[in-house]
Amino acid sequence: MYTQPMLESIKVIEAARASKRQPLRLSAEEKKKLLTDFHPDYRESSFHTLQIGPNAGEKAPIELAEMLHSNSLTYGKSFDLTAPPDYDTDVLIIGGGGAGASAAIEAHHAGARVTVVTKLRMGDANSMMAEGGIQAADKENDSPGQHYLDAYGGGHYTAKPELLKRLVLDGPGAIDWLSDLGVLFDKESSGTYITNHGGGTSRKRMHACADYTGAEIMRVLRDEVRCLGIPIVEYTAAVELLTDENGCVSGALLMNMLTEKFETARAKTVILATGGAGRMHYNGFPTSNHYGATADGLVLAYRAGAKLLYQDALQYHPTGAAYPSQLFGALVTEKVRALGAGLYNAEGEAFVHPLETRDVVSAAIMRECGERKKGIETGGQASAVWLDSPNIDFLHGEGHIEKHLPGMLRMFINYGIDMRKTPILVYPTLHYQNGGIEIEPDCSTKKIPNLYVAGEAVGGIHGRNRLMGNSLLDIIVFGRLAGKNAAGKARGTAAGKLSLRHVEDYAKALAQKGIDTGKVSPLLLPDYARKG
Amino acid sequence: MADLISVFFDGKPYTVPSDLTIMTAMEYAGFRLVRGCGCRHGFCGACGTIYRIKGDNKVYFALACQQQVSADMYVATLPFFPLNRRDYKLEELTAEHTVMMRLHPEIFACIACNSCTRSCARGLNVMQYIAYAKRNDLAACAKESFDCVACGICSARCPADISHPLVGLLARRLKGKYLTPAAAHNKKRVEEINNGKHDEPVNGLMQLTQAEIAALYDTREIGG
Repeated sequence: MYTQPMLESIKVIEAARASKRQPLRLSAEEKKKLLTDFHPDYRESSFHTLQIGPNAGEKAPIELAEMLHSNSLTYGKSFDLTAPPDYDTDVLIIGGGGAGASAAIEAHHAGARVTVVTKLRMGDANSMMAEGGIQAADKENDSPGQHYLDAYGGGHYTAKPELLKRLVLDGPGAIDWLSDLGVLFDKESSGTYITNHGGGTSRKRMHACADYTGAEIMRVLRDEVRCLGIPIVEYTAAVELLTDENGCVSGALLMNMLTEKFETARAKTVILATGGAGRMHYNGFPTSNHYGATADGLVLAYRAGAKLLYQDALQYHPTGAAYPSQLFGALVTEKVRALGAGLYNAEGEAFVHPLETRDVVSAAIMRECGERKKGIETGGQASAVWLDSPNIDFLHGEGHIEKHLPGMLRMFINYGIDMRKTPILVYPTLHYQNGGIEIEPDCSTKKIPNLYVAGEAVGGIHGRNRLMGNSLLDIIVFGRLAGKNAAGKARGTAAGKLSLRHVEDYAKALAQKGIDTGKVSPLLLPDYARKG
Repeated sequence: MADLISVFFDGKPYTVPSDLTIMTAMEYAGFRLVRGCGCRHGFCGACGTIYRIKGDNKVYFALACQQQVSADMYVATLPFFPLNRRDYKLEELTAEHTVMMRLHPEIFACIACNSCTRSCARGLNVMQYIAYAKRNDLAACAKESFDCVACGICSARCPADISHPLVGLLARRLKGKYLTPAAAHNKKRVEEINNGKHDEPVNGLMQLTQAEIAALYDTREIGG
C-alpha cells in the first residue's frame, strides 16, 4: 500500500526505533514559541471579528462568524406558535450524544418528563468516536488536585476554576456511575482499572475500553435511555430556541430532517447538548468529527442572547490519519502515543515528545511539514509525519496492539496497512471545540433563564486547550449535572408562551449593521454533494 | 486524479473516481446524505451497505464510509433495520443462566446457517457470540461482540429473526455490571470525595496566582 519513497523512509524509522531515544519535554518558553509560530489559533487570518451579539468585538473562526452573522433559516417563514405544541415536556434535551443521554437519564430519575430531540440518530455524536479514554483521578498515587493541576496547566491557565473543580471532583464518581450501568472498562483481574497516560497528564489516569471508549460508553447510555422509556425524537433538529415574553427559554422550533417539516416543542427547561463543530472545517482542515458537528447549539444560544467563551480556541488533534486518502482526517487515538509510539519526520528525527499537550504536538507536526519541509509526501492535501506504532508491540510484547487498539488495527488493515509491522502517516485534524457557550457552575446560562448547556457545546471547562480524556469525562459530569438541575428548575417553573421574538430582534440588528452573508444558519449538516 | 469508474446506486450508474469510499462516491455523484451517514469513520453503524460486483454472484457487506468503491459495484444502503428491543432494568437482572432465555428466546431458533457472520461488515464471528449467549457464557459473548457497531445487517439476513446487536449489548452490560470485580480504589476515592477530603487541596490550587500555579505545573513530576 505504501509508495516506494515511503518504504525507504520507513527504513530510517526502524533504525531510529532501536535507539529508543525520545526528545525531552519542552520548557514553558519553548512551548509558547512553538504555539505562537505554528498553531492556527495564533494566526490572525483564521478569524473574523463578530459584529453583533453578546461577543461583538471579539474574534471567532471565519466559518463560525459567518453563521453568527447570518439570519435564521426560519426567518421570513410564518409559524403558528399559539397552536398546541407538537411536543410538550418538562425538560427538552437537544442532542443525542453522551451529554444529552447522561442528562436524560438523570432528569428522568429526578422525576421530570424528558424528551430528547436529535437531528440524526440517538448516539450519532462525537462521543461515539472518542477512542482513547476517560480521565479520573482514582488511583492511590493520584488525586483530584493533581488532575486539576494537569488540566489547568495544559489549558494554559484559562479554564474557569469552578467548572474544572467540578470536573475533577466528580471524575471518579462518573467512572463508578458508568461501570454500574455496565460499561466494560479495561480492568485487571483484581478489579483495578487499567490506566495510562495521555498527553499532558502527570499520572496514569486514563481509563479505557480498548480503543472504543466513547463508543462503549455511548451505546450503554443510549440503551439505558431507551430502557427507561424516555421519548427520543430522531432525525429532528432544533433550528431555533423559543422564548417567552420575559426572555426565558420556553421550548424549541424543530425541523424533521427527512421531510423538512417544522414542529414545535414546549418545555419548562431546555438543555443544549449539541456537541462540536468539526464539520465547519475551520481553516480548511479535515476533521475527526461526526457528520453533524456543525456548531448549531452555539448559533441558537447566541441568537437568544447567550455569551460564548473561547470561541476562537480550536483543538487540532495531532494524529489524524493522513494516508491512505480514504481515511484522511480520521482519528488515530492519542492512546497510540500513550502506549509508546513516537513521532518521526521523513529523515527519521524524533522531533517532539509524543506526550506533550495536543496543541503543542500539533504545532510541532505543522512545523515539520511546513517551514522545515521534513514531511513525507502523501500525494494528498498535506504531507505527513510517521507515527511509529510498531514500537508498541516492541515495548510491551506481541499482541498488545491487537488487544488494546483493535479499532485502529482494523481501520488501517482494511487498506492493507498493518500498524503492528509498519508505522502510519499522520497529520493534525480538526478535533474539538475548546470554547462554546459560557455556563455557570450549575450548567445554566447567566443571560437566559431555563436554558442549560452540557458537553462540547460548553466553553470554559478546559480553557483554551483540552487534555485527552477530559471530554468524555465532561460530557458525563456536566451532562448529569445539567439533567439534575434542569429537572429541579422545571419543578418550580410553569410552561411559557412560545415566540421567536429574539430571532426577529437578531434579524433587525443584522439589518441595522448592514450585514448580509446571503446564507442562513444553523448549518445542520455540511454539504459535501459535488455540484455540477 | 484517480481513474474514473462506473458504480450503481439503486441501480443507476454514476461515474466516480476509484479512490473514493462508497460514501464519498455518493457525494461525488451529487447526493447530500441525511440517512445512512453518521460518524464517517467506522464507529457508529449508520451506513451498513450491501453490494454486488457485476458478474460475481457473491453478495458483499460493508460500511459505506470504510469501503472503497470498485468498478461495476451495485450498491444498496441499509440506513435502518428494525431490531426487536426488550427493555429491562439492569439492576433487576442478574447474570444467572436464564437471562438470555427470557429476554432473547429467539436465539434458540438459530439454525447455524452462519449468515450473520458472513454478512458482518466488521468481520466479527457473530454466530459464535450468539452461540455463547445460548449457553449463557456472557463474558465470552461480550468479548466476541465487542467490536459490533450495530449496523444491523446481520439481523436483516437472519432466517431466525434474531436481533444480534442487542444480544451482544445485553451480554456486555451484564458482564460490566455483574461479572467483573469492583474497583476498590475507585470506591475508596469516591467515598473520600463525598466526605469532602479533596475539597481543600483543590480549593488551595484555586487560590494561587497564575505565577504560583504555573511554577507548580512546570516543575510537577511526571509519575506512573
